[in-house]
Amino acid sequence: MLKMNHLSKVYRTHLIETHALRDFSIHVREGEFVAVTGPSGSGKTTFLNIAGLLEEFSGGEFWIDGVDVRGMNDDQRSRLRNEKIGFIFQGFNLIPDLNLFDNVDVPLRYRGFDAAERKRRIEENLTRVGLASRMKHYPAELSGGQQQRVAIARALAGSPRLLLADEPTGNLDSLMARGVMELLEEINRQGTTIIMVTHDPELAARAQRNVHVIDGQVTDFESEPQLRAPAHGSDTAAAVA
Amino acid sequence: MFAYYLQLGLHSLRRNPLLTALMVFGIALGIGTSMTSLTVFYLMGSDPIPWKSDKLHAVQLDNWSAEEPYRAPNEPPDQVTYLDANALMQASKADLQAAMFKVVWPLQPENPEIKPYSAMGRATYTDFFAMFEPPFKYGGPWDRAQDKENARVVVLSRNTNEKLFGGEDSTGKKVRLNEIDYTVVGVLDKWQQRVKYYDLTNGAFNDPEEYYVPFTTAVELKTRASGNNSCWEASPKPGWEGYLASDCVWIQFWVQLDSPARVAEYHSFLDNYVNEQKKLGRFPRPLNNRLPDVNAWIVDQRVVPSDAKIQVGLSFAFLIVCLVNTVGLLLAKFTRKSGEIGLRRALGATRGQLFMQHLVEAGVIGVSGGLIGLVLTWFGLMAVRGLYADLNNVAHLDWFMVLTSVALSIAAAVLAGLFPTWKACQITPATQLKT
Repeated sequence: MLKMNHLSKVYRTHLIETHALRDFSIHVREGEFVAVTGPSGSGKTTFLNIAGLLEEFSGGEFWIDGVDVRGMNDDQRSRLRNEKIGFIFQGFNLIPDLNLFDNVDVPLRYRGFDAAERKRRIEENLTRVGLASRMKHYPAELSGGQQQRVAIARALAGSPRLLLADEPTGNLDSLMARGVMELLEEINRQGTTIIMVTHDPELAARAQRNVHVIDGQVTDFESEPQLRAPAHGSDTAAAVA
Repeated sequence: MFAYYLQLGLHSLRRNPLLTALMVFGIALGIGTSMTSLTVFYLMGSDPIPWKSDKLHAVQLDNWSAEEPYRAPNEPPDQVTYLDANALMQASKADLQAAMFKVVWPLQPENPEIKPYSAMGRATYTDFFAMFEPPFKYGGPWDRAQDKENARVVVLSRNTNEKLFGGEDSTGKKVRLNEIDYTVVGVLDKWQQRVKYYDLTNGAFNDPEEYYVPFTTAVELKTRASGNNSCWEASPKPGWEGYLASDCVWIQFWVQLDSPARVAEYHSFLDNYVNEQKKLGRFPRPLNNRLPDVNAWIVDQRVVPSDAKIQVGLSFAFLIVCLVNTVGLLLAKFTRKSGEIGLRRALGATRGQLFMQHLVEAGVIGVSGGLIGLVLTWFGLMAVRGLYADLNNVAHLDWFMVLTSVALSIAAAVLAGLFPTWKACQITPATQLKT
């Protein structure tokens, strides 16, 4: 589903060069639930941004769903992002003056679905996260956990193959965090690949596989996901090169 | 997607009403100011009779002094002498022709309740009506025979007819002008010209005449023109006959020539005429006859004053100031929206889609500013009419200027929105999404 080989990312100013990722290699297979952990500044978020085609990388190779990302222009990357990737952010990132229906509608508009198809998908996904009755409510009228559920509905509305979650429970209390995590596990069980960046070892432990990043490199990984009870009982075979 | 962008634009503008109001009002003020001066400028110089302006020609004959031109560098007089007007009318070489001059006579109404008053009229030939096409409400113009007979006939303006006859059909009734009774043969309908191009000598934007009488009648009654009278040498004889025989110019002369070939023919006729006159000792200057059509005439006679051009320039400079202000406000607004822009990029929007979305938002500001600007323009023109009575006819909005205002305001807002929109679309989405 996602494969990076010897990827590097360098931030340059006129004074210094910062290597955010160096010789970074990872292979996430379809249906996996991978947790990426590591200390602050280790490159977790940079990895997630590059994986989500939100940032360009400096060197190496990168495929998503078999598509070579190198050399793609901005429009092609936007289209690929829209069709194959869903995002869940720590801060939910809902648009405050749009109601839940319109928030979930955003990625579908750029996908070019007609009104009936958009409505069907919005209702289906808000129902899936248990908020169908609050479609006309605004984000400020919801709790943090509910807002994150809306963000998940938005991420799922376009039927992405890959879900990228950046500290999805970072702004939630433990009860809400548990609810969101159970929802992610449920989504993964239904076949969506999930890569989740987290600081929380307890959450990371619930993923099929952990990838530890330090100083922009993968330093520790489990090559045998079967060792842990898989969230998705597939034949996933993780390989981190 | 346009409908979606429009919906988002309206949503975004409602989000911060104060900022939106500032931007809209800034554009409205700029549009109101620039369109007020542009409307006056445009209507001053616009074609007053577009369907036939290329067929109507003012006749200019250079009978001026050998020592100096009528106007530098080498302009012929803008009027002709009685001698020449009479000769050209007798020759009748144009498709239509009319000599004319302004008269002011006391008008003595039959109705004792209306006091006599001094009324401005025009002495001219019957062709005047066919050439300049004033609309008739009742009756029509006098005929050519009446021109020859110095007939006591009159065509009234609508206002004069309302004043004297309560707006009823007055054809056949008598009107007393300067102690002489004239029979009403026609009454004009409303005829409000923006520019009184056929006689610019006493101001380009004056009201139309209150009545029209035959030229020959006014001359027979020894009526002096109430407009400009310019002479470069003393009359050869004293008195009225001397005045008619002089080289003083005081008559406007217009011809209608229905094709370019006819213009060339008539020009040639004028040259021959002047060459013949030269043999009689007149026209001491080199041949300099001109036949400007209506639009060329308006330009030649400087109907649009140069200070009007400066005023338009200044008002557009003010519009630019307003736009710079809008650029600043849009920059602030779009910068505040960078989080949302980053999010939309993350959710699959291309830079082009976001660019269009924000341009539509800027366009919404432009349309709103333009509509309010139109209202301000309307007030501005009302103020112009109040301050300058002579601009009454040109300080009005017409459809062309309304559409121009809206187009200008949209263009202005989109132009103002280009840089902030481009800047907003350059943000890296990843930096906007981390909380």
